[in-house]
Amino acid sequence: MSFEAELRKGEFFIPECRSCDRVIWPPSEFCNQCFGPVSLRKKEYEGKIIEFSKQNNEYFCLVEFEKNVRVLARTLEEPEIGKKVRMSKCGISNGSYFFQVS
Amino acid sequence: MNKVGIIACGVSPFTKNDQKIESVLADSSKDLFLDNPKIQKDDIDAVLISTNNNSKYLSPILSEMMGIQPKIAHTVESLCNSGTNSIVSAYSYIASGLASMVLVAGAERYDSPGQVLEWDNSRGEFKHPVFWASIFSKSYKREYHISEEQLALVSVKNHMQSKKNPNALSNKTYTVEEVINSKKLTDDLRLLDCSRPCTGGASIILASEEITKKTTDVPVWITGIGQKTISASFTKNMSLSSMESTAIAGKNALKMADKDIKEIDVAEIHDAFSVCEPMALEALNFSKPGEGTDMVKDLYVTNNCKINPRGGLIGCGHPLGATGIAQTIEITQQLRSNAGKRQLDNVRTGLVHNMSAAATSSTVLVLEK
Repeated sequence: MSFEAELRKGEFFIPECRSCDRVIWPPSEFCNQCFGPVSLRKKEYEGKIIEFSKQNNEYFCLVEFEKNVRVLARTLEEPEIGKKVRMSKCGISNGSYFFQVS
Repeated sequence: MNKVGIIACGVSPFTKNDQKIESVLADSSKDLFLDNPKIQKDDIDAVLISTNNNSKYLSPILSEMMGIQPKIAHTVESLCNSGTNSIVSAYSYIASGLASMVLVAGAERYDSPGQVLEWDNSRGEFKHPVFWASIFSKSYKREYHISEEQLALVSVKNHMQSKKNPNALSNKTYTVEEVINSKKLTDDLRLLDCSRPCTGGASIILASEEITKKTTDVPVWITGIGQKTISASFTKNMSLSSMESTAIAGKNALKMADKDIKEIDVAEIHDAFSVCEPMALEALNFSKPGEGTDMVKDLYVTNNCKINPRGGLIGCGHPLGATGIAQTIEITQQLRSNAGKRQLDNVRTGLVHNMSAAATSSTVLVLEK
């Protein structure tokens, strides 16, 4: 099971190296410290909004899920700095990842 | 290490023309030889190309077009930072003794693939640079209580300065109101806050100390180099209101040149977007954190053009592969006192700051006469 294969199904996992106890982000097939295999960890991830802006009527924000896992995500509600959010939708569209939080 | 000098410069006008990349490279490169008859093509040991264009084998192609048969021929690519990276590579070949004279040619087309870093999936669907620039602008304004008007002044100043640059893409000046009322790309970015992609070329020849002294009466020396890469992905920038890679590169370049930032008389700063100029001024220690826009205002009201005299990326346009070389040429011309209408007084030491992909990587050069 790979990060991308799961993301394609709409599932967001945190890639990590269990030997080094480190998150590997952006996702990679191996750990950039020990070069060992990367495992995927799934839980209900709560993230917080670090920064945001708006294009037309759509907000985009930088969300931190845990230390070092940050993504640019779409959100439909008006964001606030520090607001707690969850990944509500994610996947791959036209070869590009997409993330939505709420 | 052998000393490295700059002996010839060539820039072609930055345009929106649909021109083949090979022809853009040739335009600025042939001027090097036409303007400097003392330079013998047979003495060129290396030809380095700086571009994000996907065309292949560009260094051998340019060499053949110029009638050169170099020992070393290859391309250097590092997004917006390609030009200064290729100059550092040329410097290294000469400093190590592998080459005595190196031609560095940078070029880009208006439709460059280097504008978007496809690999960085952590940006989700927001891969265009306007998104990181919006996040930087928002964060910088929030952190230091900076207004849109204060950031817009960067664009006003640099457009004004580019009026004196015959090669610049822009030939217009704007007011703060016009910048703020220009097309809204996002809530935190207007069209006139952005440098524009364009077609343009810039070429330079670097040489050993011996050749430099023989070839030119106005030598300019590269005395400091600092580079730092933090990451490739935008989301690895832990601070969104400061430039870590620029701070490290700047410190190392000044240390190598044994200079203090106060001794820098002129600087080219990578203002891909308005917010980048104050952030870079702060990272380089030209001003304190949060006071970069005060410096911009002070420069503007006193008509002091020491920062981005050629008009910066905002005024000149930003042909990625050519930018770092064009910046270095501007500082070289200022040091040689042949910058035309843009010439500043008493220039002894200059600095070039270039960076890539939301300041994940930076290069700083110190040049002296």
